Amino acid sequence: MRPRLTNSGLAAWGLVLATILLGWFGRDLAKALDARWLVKVPSSWDFAFNTYISAAMTWLVEEAAIGPVSFTDATRAIAWLIEQPYELALNLLARGFLFDPGPEPQVLLPAASWIAVTAAVIALGHYCRSWGLAALVGACFAYLAVFGQWDSAMVTLASVLIAVPIGAGGGLLAGIWAYRHPLGERILSPVLDLMQTIPIFAYLVPILFMFGFGPVSALVATIIYATPPMIRITILALKAVDPEILDFGRMAGTTQRQLMWRVLVPSASQSLMVGVNQVIMLTLNMVIIASMIGAGGLGFDVLAALRRLDIGAGFEAGIAIVVLAIAVDRLSQAFAERIGQVHHTAPGSWAARNKRTVLVLSLLAVTWVLGRFSPLLLDYPQSQTITTGAFWNDTVKYLNVNYFDAFEAVKVFFLHWFLLPIKKTLLGIPWPWAIAMLTLLGWRAGGWKLAAMCGAMSALIAVSGLWAKAMVTVYLCGASVILATLIGVPLGVLAALNRRAGIAINLLIDTLQTLPSFVYLIPVVMLFRVGDFTAMIAIVLYALAPAVRYAAHGMRSVSGELIEAGLVSGCTKWQLLRLVRLPMALPEILLGINQTIMLALSMLVITALVGTRDLGQEVYIALTKADTGRGLVAGLAIAFIAIIADRLVNAGARGARIRFGLESRA
Amino acid sequence: MTLNTKLSCRNVWKLYGANAEGFLSRNPSPSGEDIRRAGIIGAVRNARIDIAEGEIFIIMGLSGSGKSTLVRCLSRLIEPTGGQVLFDGVDLLTASEQELIEIRRHKMGMVFQHFALLPHLTVLQNVMFPLTVQAAPRAEAEAKAREVVELVGLKGREDYYPRELSGGQQQRVGIARSLVTEPDLWFLDEPFSALDPLIRREMQDEFLRLQARLHKTIVFITHDFEESVRLADRIAIMKDGEIIQVATPEELVLNPATGYVAEFTRHIPRSKVLTVGGIMTAGSGGEGEPVPAAARVSEVAEQIIAADAPRPVCDAAGRIVGSIGRMAVARVLFGKETAA
Ligand SMILES: Nc1ncnc2c1ncn2[C@@H]1O[C@H](COP(=O)(O)OP(=O)(O)OP(=O)(O)O)[C@@H](O)[C@H]1O
Ligand SMILES: [Mg+2]
Repeated sequence: MRPRLTNSGLAAWGLVLATILLGWFGRDLAKALDARWLVKVPSSWDFAFNTYISAAMTWLVEEAAIGPVSFTDATRAIAWLIEQPYELALNLLARGFLFDPGPEPQVLLPAASWIAVTAAVIALGHYCRSWGLAALVGACFAYLAVFGQWDSAMVTLASVLIAVPIGAGGGLLAGIWAYRHPLGERILSPVLDLMQTIPIFAYLVPILFMFGFGPVSALVATIIYATPPMIRITILALKAVDPEILDFGRMAGTTQRQLMWRVLVPSASQSLMVGVNQVIMLTLNMVIIASMIGAGGLGFDVLAALRRLDIGAGFEAGIAIVVLAIAVDRLSQAFAERIGQVHHTAPGSWAARNKRTVLVLSLLAVTWVLGRFSPLLLDYPQSQTITTGAFWNDTVKYLNVNYFDAFEAVKVFFLHWFLLPIKKTLLGIPWPWAIAMLTLLGWRAGGWKLAAMCGAMSALIAVSGLWAKAMVTVYLCGASVILATLIGVPLGVLAALNRRAGIAINLLIDTLQTLPSFVYLIPVVMLFRVGDFTAMIAIVLYALAPAVRYAAHGMRSVSGELIEAGLVSGCTKWQLLRLVRLPMALPEILLGINQTIMLALSMLVITALVGTRDLGQEVYIALTKADTGRGLVAGLAIAFIAIIADRLVNAGARGARIRFGLESRA
Repeated sequence: MTLNTKLSCRNVWKLYGANAEGFLSRNPSPSGEDIRRAGIIGAVRNARIDIAEGEIFIIMGLSGSGKSTLVRCLSRLIEPTGGQVLFDGVDLLTASEQELIEIRRHKMGMVFQHFALLPHLTVLQNVMFPLTVQAAPRAEAEAKAREVVELVGLKGREDYYPRELSGGQQQRVGIARSLVTEPDLWFLDEPFSALDPLIRREMQDEFLRLQARLHKTIVFITHDFEESVRLADRIAIMKDGEIIQVATPEELVLNPATGYVAEFTRHIPRSKVLTVGGIMTAGSGGEGEPVPAAARVSEVAEQIIAADAPRPVCDAAGRIVGSIGRMAVARVLFGKETAA
C-alpha cells in the first residue's frame, strides 16, 4: 500500500511549482547566496569514473584471461567468425574476389554484375509474391544503379546480409534456450528489458575498443541492437504453439531436438518471421550509426556528407537507404506471408522446378564471362548515372533565399518561447533539489526500491561531472517528447474515432517508421541548419509513431459498455471523450509516451551531428577520439536517464491501470 | 472379450499447486476437503482402472472433470503426482526418457480434439511424420503412409495441406497418422467433438469399421453419452477428478452408482442402451426366429412387437437362453422405469 499524504495533490503541485521557480531563478539565487555549487557540481567533486573505466578496459583488453584464453583471443575469434562470411558477401556484391600475394592485387573474379543482382531480386520478388512485387524491388535496385549509389548500396547490403542471419539465428537460439530452460528465461528477461532501455550509443564505445574501428565492430553493434526483439518474439511464438501440437510431437516419440526443430519451430514459423522482419528493419536503422564505428556504404556516405554539410550528397545517399530499406522490407514481409501459405511442389527435375534460380545463376555466369569484353555488363556506366545532388542543393538555396525569413521566424519563435525557457529552467534547478525530487517521485510511483534507484542513478550522473550535459539531454528529449505528445496523442485519438482519418494517419505513421532514423535529419538541416531546433524536429519526427499508435490503441480498447454507460447518462460527444475515453485510455497513452521517450533518447547520438551540446555529443566525441572511459560514462549516463524515465513512466501507467481496475495489485 | 489386461493404473493422482508432491507424500489419500483446504487443484484423484486388450474403454465426464488429464497421465504426457501406470506389465512412470520414446514410437498412438496436424506438411507428410522421426526408410514409410491414408478414405488427397481439408477430413488425417506405426494402444481425446453432428455420426461408423479390422486397445474420451453408448465396451464416469463408476453402458443405466450417474444417463433413450439379454425372461420358450441377446432393444423392437408371440433369445453361440415378448419391449420404449 502506498502511503497517502493528506492533500497529496496539492502538495505535489506545490512541489512542481517550487521546482520550476527554483529552476527559473536558480542561477540568480545561487549567485545571491554565493553558492555556485548549487547549480554547478564543483569539479573537485567529480569522481574520475572515466579514468578508472579506461584503465579497466585496458586491463580487459591487454591482460584479462580465463586460463590460456585471453579476452583479446575471444574477441579476435568472434571477429574472425563474423569477418569470414562478411568478406565473402562483400567480395561477391561489391569488391570482387582479389588475388593478392604481391603488391598489385589482381581481380580474380569481379563483383556480381548489377544486372545479375537486379535480376536476382526480381526473381525473389516473383517467387515471394507476384510480378507486382518483383517490379517494385526491381525498380528499387535499378534506381540504385541509375542514381550512382550502386557500389555503396552493395556494401550496405552485404552487411545486412550478414547481420540479419546472425541476429535472427542467434535470437532464435537464445529464445529456444529461454523457452526450454526456466533459468534461461530468468537470465534473459531482465537483460532484454535493460537492452530495450539502453540506447545504442551506450555500447558503441566499448565495442569500438574491443573490436577496433571497422566493419566488424559495426556488425557487432548492429547485431547487438537488432537481436533482442527476435529473442522475445521467439519465446512468445514457441509458447503460443498449440499445446495439442506439443502433445502430438511427444506422442510421436520425438527426441527433444526433433520436437524443437521438426514440430515447434515449423509450427511457429509465421510468428518467427515477424521477428526476422524486425531484425531486418533494425539492421537498416543502424546503417548510419554503424558507420560511425567503421561500416562503409551508404551510411558512411550520409555521415560524411552531413559532416561536410553537403546536403545534396547526403540526401541522395539517404534516399538510397530508404529505397534499399523498402525493397528489403517488402521482400521479407512477402516471404513471411509465403511461409504461411500453401504450396504444391511442381513435378519435374530440379532445374525445371527452380527455373528462377537457374536463370539468375546463368545470368551471373554470362555477365562474368562477357564482362571481360564489355565492362558495361558488370558496372552500370558512370557516365549514365543521374545525380540529383545539385538539384537538392539548388532547392535548398532557393528556399533559403526566398523563404529565409519565414523559416527563421518559426525557428526563433520555438527557440524563444519553447526551447530556451525549458533549457534555462532545467539547467537552473539546483542539482541536490533535482535528485531529491526524483527520489521522491520514485517513492511515490513505486516504493522505496524505485526511490533508491532514481536517487542513486541521478547522484551518479551528478558526480560523474556530466550534470549539465545530462540536463541538456533531458531538455532536448523532454521538449521533443512534449511536442511529440502534443501532436501524436490527438492524432491517435482522431485515428481511433474516425475511420477515414485513421487510414490516412496509419499510412503516415507506417511510412515514418520504415524510414531509417537519420533520414529525417537531412531535410531539416537543409531548412533550419544546425542547432537545437533542428535536432528537436528530427527527434519529434522519429519518435512520433508510438505516441500515435498507443493512443489509438488505448482509445479503441475502451470497453463498449463503458461508452454506452456514458451515453445513457447523457454525455455529449466531447464529455464522453474527456470524462470516459481519455481517462480510460490513459495507461496506454502513458506507455506510448514511454516508447516515445526511449526513441527520443536513441536519436541523441545522431542529433549530436547537428551540434547539440548534450550527452550524445559527448559519446560522439569519445568515439572520434576512441576514449573508452569518456564514451562509456556518457553512454551510462544516457542509459540512466532512460532507465529512470522508463521505470517512472511504467510505474505511473501501472498505477493508473490499478486505479481503473484494469490490473490487480499483485 | 479377452481378459488380458493391457493398461492399468493404480492410485494415480494429479494435483496442481505449490508443492503438490510434498502434500501427497504427507497425506497419501487426501479427501476432496483436504485438497481444497491446501489450495490445490485435484485434476485426477486416486484413479484406478484396468483396460483389457482389444477393449474400447471410454472415459466420460463434464468439462473440467479431468478426462484429458487422466489420459495424459496414462501416456505420461503429464507426470502424475503419484501412482502407478502399468502398460503390458511395465511401469511407465519409472521408464527412462529413452524407453518412453521407444514405447511411444511403436506402441501408442493418439488422436486429438483439434487434430494437431502440422500446418507446414502435406497430408502424406503428416501421416508419415511418426515414421520419419524414427528414421524409417523413406520408401517403406511412404508406402505405409499411403496405405493408411487409403484406409481412412483419403486416397487422392495425399498432397493437400491440412488447411485445404474440411474438419472431418482433417480428423481422418489425424487418425491415419496415429495408426501409421501400428500401435497396440490407441488414445483418442474427444476426437469428434469439434465436428458437426452429421460428420460426427459418419466418423463414429468409420471408427467402428476400423476397429472391427484392427482390434486395438482403445482409450476414448468424450462428453457425449450417446457416443459412448454407440462405441463403448465399458465406460468410466468422472466427476471432479474422481472416477465414480466403471461399467458397461447397460449397467450404468440399470444400476447407476450415484445420483450423478443416473442424472448423466437419464436423457438417453433406454432402448438404445439396453440389450435384449438384459430384459428377457430367462429359460426357453417363444417361437419363430431367435433374436441375439447382445442386440440393443431399439434394433429389434419393431420385429418383436410385430410378432404375435414372444421370440426366443439366443446367445453368441446360438443357444437359446430365454425369450422376449411385446410387453417387455414396450416397457423399455414407453415406460419411465424398467424393472431393475
Ligand atoms: N496446468 C494446469 N494447472 C492447473 N490446473 C490445471 C492444469 N491443467 C488442468 N488443470 C485443471 O484440471 C482440471 C481437469 O482438466 P482437464 O483438462 O483434464 O478436463 P477435461 O475433463 O479434459 O475437460 P474438457 O472436456 O474441457 O477437455 C480442470 O479443473 C483444470 O482447471
Ligand atoms: Mg479435455
